[in-house]
Amino acid sequence: MATATLSSLSRPGLLIWLEKITNNFLLQRIVRALLTIWIVTTITFFVIRAMPGNAVDILIQELTAAGVSPDDARNQAAALLNINLDAPAHEQYIEYVGNVLRADLGNSYKSRGLKVSEMIAQVLPWTLFSVGLSLLITFMLGIMLGAIMAYKRDTWIDHLLSNLAATLDAVSPYLIGLLIILLLGVLWKIVPITEMRGALSPGIQPGFSLEFFADVLNHVKILLLVYVLSSVGSWMLIMKSSTITTLGEDYVTVARARGLPDLRILTAYVGRNATLPLFTRLAISVGFAVGGSLLLESLFTYRGVGFLLARAIAERDYPVMQGVFLVITMAVVFANLFADFLYGWLDPRIRIAGGGN
Amino acid sequence: MNALQDTLARTGRETLKTLKLLTRNKMGLFGFVMTILIILLSFGGPLVWPPEASANVEDINLGISAKHWLGTDFQGQDNLRKVINGGKDIVTVAFLTGILATLLGVIVGSVSAFLGGRVDSLLMELVNIWLTIPKFPLLAVTATVVKLNDPVTLSLLMAFLDWPSLSRQIRSQVLSLKQRDYIEAAMMLDLGTRNIIFSELLPNMMSFITISMIGIMTFAIYQQTSLVFLGIVPYSSANWGVMISAAERRGVLFNPQAAWSILVPMGAIVLFQLALISFARSLDEVFNPRLRTTV
Repeated sequence: MATATLSSLSRPGLLIWLEKITNNFLLQRIVRALLTIWIVTTITFFVIRAMPGNAVDILIQELTAAGVSPDDARNQAAALLNINLDAPAHEQYIEYVGNVLRADLGNSYKSRGLKVSEMIAQVLPWTLFSVGLSLLITFMLGIMLGAIMAYKRDTWIDHLLSNLAATLDAVSPYLIGLLIILLLGVLWKIVPITEMRGALSPGIQPGFSLEFFADVLNHVKILLLVYVLSSVGSWMLIMKSSTITTLGEDYVTVARARGLPDLRILTAYVGRNATLPLFTRLAISVGFAVGGSLLLESLFTYRGVGFLLARAIAERDYPVMQGVFLVITMAVVFANLFADFLYGWLDPRIRIAGGGN
Repeated sequence: MNALQDTLARTGRETLKTLKLLTRNKMGLFGFVMTILIILLSFGGPLVWPPEASANVEDINLGISAKHWLGTDFQGQDNLRKVINGGKDIVTVAFLTGILATLLGVIVGSVSAFLGGRVDSLLMELVNIWLTIPKFPLLAVTATVVKLNDPVTLSLLMAFLDWPSLSRQIRSQVLSLKQRDYIEAAMMLDLGTRNIIFSELLPNMMSFITISMIGIMTFAIYQQTSLVFLGIVPYSSANWGVMISAAERRGVLFNPQAAWSILVPMGAIVLFQLALISFARSLDEVFNPRLRTTV
């Protein structure tokens, strides 16, 4: 005890420095992000290798059933999943983590000869584009409509929007997707759904041409509509209650008493503070959108990550499943990290308090 | 034992009070009555209208008529009868998942809040990490390895995935309630931790817990029907999700005549989710006076 006090007295600079590091908001969040990725990697390892009825066992069974000899089946399964089955479990685990770190995710089981990492790289941009754009639109729309609902409390417009938001919030995304296809495509025939399959029309070359951008937008527009419809409801409701809470704050009353113009109160006093809690929601809704992409991309045959994962699941293509799941999680974790940084930058209290607990 | 009885009596009284307040809110009453109706029809309906055993070749893909109130499907079976018989699984899984996930969330959240210190930070760090992992893809991937033939396994798996956000909310609720005067008074009087939890804390959180549970239930309905849609959960029974997928696979989306066979199960799911949500929303308004008053 005495020596500890003595050493801390003799080196106070180092201790304070250490404390600053551990309390650093950004550093905490980065450590959390890395920890999450490590945990997910471990979970996938267990699902693939260690759990009863795991992927390797199923693969071996399937290959033997297809007429491959048991030894060959074992070797093939090991090669596909990039796992050395003869090594002890902990060595397998270390090798697996090493492979993931080198972005080596093994080979596809159904599409022979294709690398999982290459398959993902091909489709990832489309999902990032569609999910990112839809989040941006949803966020802005939700904030605007939510603020309107709060300002026009108990008028017909509030009741209409509130009920609409609650309905949209309650209904599953893929039901909204099905309904849109049924209404716009089948019954009213407004949109040619079949022509919109895929992310691009055949024959269109990617590049900085008007034709390319028009085609990209044409293929993504219905998907965007469904993404926005399925998540805008919760944003509207949260923004409404957050705005109502902010409107009751003293500084808003003071601003009104000072005779500031309404628009300035809305933007500088109410809007800024009311949107803050929404940034913490951003992380959850990224995960939600990615989960939805699994269904919506298959429904609209939009060749993104969700489509790839849904197909891999249907075909029981374990190497692809494992790879896509890892990449999806990493994308969500980084989106989270970004939201945390944004929140810390917008709200200095969080940064200073260190972690906001 | 006494504390438990007391809690039950209190909860009963609270529930009665809630129901009385609910009748003032039309949406909430609609949601409540609708939920009860769906539960009754799903469990009692099959006894009165058992499922049709065979296909009827003459009646394929019919529209609404006096004989078939909601049309027929690709096998010529009555949609109304099918939808009544397809609710049991969905309702069971929704309630089971809701209850299990809520239990987990309440236990972890209140333990975290009560113990505080290192346990609290460790638990909440785990919860934060668990929250980041995209649940539906994880569920879909796990479902390919775990056999999900019965509703109980499915509910267990979904509950295990869905509890974290609730536990974080419960923790902050308990922390804020602990600061209230009446809890501090009870602590100073040394009424015992169990007594304080069961007769002071829980009754005050009951409404909040119910609302969260309903949220988890609607999410469970979404996940369950989506798993069927992706073809992960086997087509063992004819529930609403299976009806939608079967209709979709039969090309209903490109045959306007058959639209009823997909609209009916969709409508059933939407109605159930809407009923639950509007019930929860009215509970929110009943218990959160801030939402009722104007600014």
